[in-house]
Amino acid sequence: MSFVFYVLATLTVAGALAAVLLKNTVHCALALTVAFAGLALLFLNLDAQFAGFAQILVYIGAVAILVVFAILLTRGSDTPTDGVFSRTWLAGLAVAAAVFAVLGWAVIQTANLLPKSAPAPTVTVQQIGQALVGRYVLPLEIVAVLLTAAMIGAVIIAMHEKNGAPK
Amino acid sequence: MSQVTPLGGYLLVAALVFSIGLAGALTRRNAILVLIGIELMLNAANLNLIAFWRYGSHPEALTGMMFAIFSIAVAAAEAAVGLGLVIQIYRHAKTTDLDQMNRMKG
Repeated sequence: MSFVFYVLATLTVAGALAAVLLKNTVHCALALTVAFAGLALLFLNLDAQFAGFAQILVYIGAVAILVVFAILLTRGSDTPTDGVFSRTWLAGLAVAAAVFAVLGWAVIQTANLLPKSAPAPTVTVQQIGQALVGRYVLPLEIVAVLLTAAMIGAVIIAMHEKNGAPK
Repeated sequence: MSQVTPLGGYLLVAALVFSIGLAGALTRRNAILVLIGIELMLNAANLNLIAFWRYGSHPEALTGMMFAIFSIAVAAAEAAVGLGLVIQIYRHAKTTDLDQMNRMKG
């Protein structure tokens, strides 16, 4: 457990907490970007360079921008006067705390079974690319079709006007 | 924390982020904030996959890494469709407050 891990873990958890707790929705989106960056740095700390940079490109570069666009298009940046949490927030918090208790208990209980350390895997991006077009070519093609369908679907859903006059 | 292994530390962080995302998805009223919570949960699952890949017995097989990469791609598609739906609901109902979206009839 190195010092770097503690710093990155604190950054990630603080970003996630801020993304969930802040009142202003735009601030939430920015805190979400911090949490995504912390997770990408954790990936890099785990010697998963490709996944780390894919995380930065996809989440910080695309998903966070999409969230900010959606907030601005829906005027979600106006903080509601009657609170940002649902009426049933206590039940939601209890469920989340119970889930964390079970997950944390499972991790602590199995601490002795987990491998103590492992040699750093030497996986190059070339190997990942060859695996993607070799063993994993079918999932890759399905993901390509899924992404195309999702993008077309999102555009069609979002551009349809209620008064029956599509742009 | 002295007896927690590196893998255990990553799993605890992932559990914490997952729970925070779940709490956000269950307690926030803004639909976009609920989507943010779901994204946090997906990311926590990815952290688990990468951590098990790193400390597993056969990292050269790339299974956990591939699972995480495909998961990132699917999560991106989910975010695009989800936010498109939120924008359309906002046009229809003039609100993104989930407590006020209590009917399914258009």
